[in-house]
Amino acid sequence: MADHTEVLKGIQKFPGINYPVLTPNFKGYQAAVAAGAKEVSVFGAASELFTRKNINCSMDESIQRFSQVLQAARAASIPVRGYVSCVLGCPYEGKISPAKVAEVSKKMYAMGCYEISLGDTIGVGTPGLMKEMLSAVMHEVPVSALAVHCHDTYGQALANTLMALQMGVSVVDSSVAGLGGCPYAQGASGNLATEDLVYMLAGLGIHTGVNLQKLLEAGTFICQVLNRKTGSKVAQATCKL
Amino acid sequence: MKEWGMQLSLRRNSSNWTSDCLPCPVVCHVKLRYHWRWQLKESSQLPGLPEYVKVVEVGPRDGLQNEKVIVPTDIKIEFINQLSQTGLSVIEVTSFVSSRWVPQMADHTEVMKGIHQYPGVRYPVLTPNLQGFHRAVAAGATEISVFGAASESFSKKNINCSIEESMEKFEEVVKSARHMNIPARGYVSCVLGCPYEGSITPQKVTEVSKRLYSMGCYEISLGDTIGVGTPGSMRRMLESVMKEIPPSVLAVHCHDTYGQALANILTALQGVDLYKVMEAGNFICKAVNKTTNSKVAQASFNA
Repeated sequence: MADHTEVLKGIQKFPGINYPVLTPNFKGYQAAVAAGAKEVSVFGAASELFTRKNINCSMDESIQRFSQVLQAARAASIPVRGYVSCVLGCPYEGKISPAKVAEVSKKMYAMGCYEISLGDTIGVGTPGLMKEMLSAVMHEVPVSALAVHCHDTYGQALANTLMALQMGVSVVDSSVAGLGGCPYAQGASGNLATEDLVYMLAGLGIHTGVNLQKLLEAGTFICQVLNRKTGSKVAQATCKL
Repeated sequence: MKEWGMQLSLRRNSSNWTSDCLPCPVVCHVKLRYHWRWQLKESSQLPGLPEYVKVVEVGPRDGLQNEKVIVPTDIKIEFINQLSQTGLSVIEVTSFVSSRWVPQMADHTEVMKGIHQYPGVRYPVLTPNLQGFHRAVAAGATEISVFGAASESFSKKNINCSIEESMEKFEEVVKSARHMNIPARGYVSCVLGCPYEGSITPQKVTEVSKRLYSMGCYEISLGDTIGVGTPGSMRRMLESVMKEIPPSVLAVHCHDTYGQALANILTALQGVDLYKVMEAGNFICKAVNKTTNSKVAQASFNA
């Protein structure tokens, strides 16, 4: 992500589309705003060990860093999205309590994040755990402010996402071609593929506004550049209906 | 559902697997290597889900049938023997179909005779017609399956006859099987879509399922053959079929062509030793020189 400034300045910003960027601290926030960012995200975790390993500070210290960003963003009327990692399991701590996820989500929401994206960072969750975690979080944060970000490391992403939808969540993170791997599981897959998600939602009659064909083209393009096979089953499928 | 306990132990600089290690993520840093094992504890049950799910392993038949590499007979036998030790209670061994149509299954008799039949495990085989049925029985089969479709075009292309003609053939097979106290399972293909006809009505699926059930099939496996279904179409189809056939008699067979299989299965649902299943999977993948399609297997550590 070294070319963050050039990319943000270089893209064409289409009307009706948000282009958030990650800003781990105040310095990053300032650079993002200077490069034209109109929306930023901050990345917390429901695990103390993961926070220390991932961003080199304690959970409390990370919250302090974010509050700086949030204050400045608020003053500039820039919306901030909050991510919570490891909501269904942590590579260091193992099981994460739903109460902990709810506590972190509540803090970030109270600080001013307009939306909280709950991430199953290492994809170990299954539908029962997703339901349990969301039930706890929904006591503290309204469901309309929640999103899920499921990794497909163990092939559970779509089932977990379906469970979240059934609980009332209506914002889902995914990655075209299922891009991304998992630094904690060599050779494993990463994000839920957007094409597979959109396929399911379309089948369910849920409107997304996404053109699957154009999405497939974008996926093909980036996979060619990366010289890798797509992680999307829809993209792999040759059978046309 | 089987409950697994959750454990976490950290071992520094360990690169050895013990024989009871389960697949686990490995964190690699420049200086330290953590290696742990964990099992996820499903501490909360989802309401409306069954206590126990019978997993019917179709890898040796439906799986291998679609692989380009012809797997040698002794490898197939070893693969099935490995699966027999995983705790799976049903393993579909082979198909007594003409080798002209399905070359991979040409060694059906040798495989059936060659496998070790473990107590408590059932080994059904596909028998498309009476001839196949007799061969299967001669080879030691004690359970058979017949394969219908909810699509007229698919039936004609796949087994060269109309749905009605196929039902007449299956009736002969199932009758003979019942006469010999051999249980017969009925498959219905294309329940959520057909490569030729497109969408398939739930009513058609119900009609074919009912036909197979009333001729004596003990179970009906509803197959999303080309994996086009999504949870909504799965629900609508099942609601229709369950009006005529009790849920305890139904199974689902979801293909993952569009990545929807697990979500569709979860909708359909509202032990087995995973490590041993993965070992068997690893074995057959090496034999056919392919990477596994199982994400759980991909996420595991390879020592």
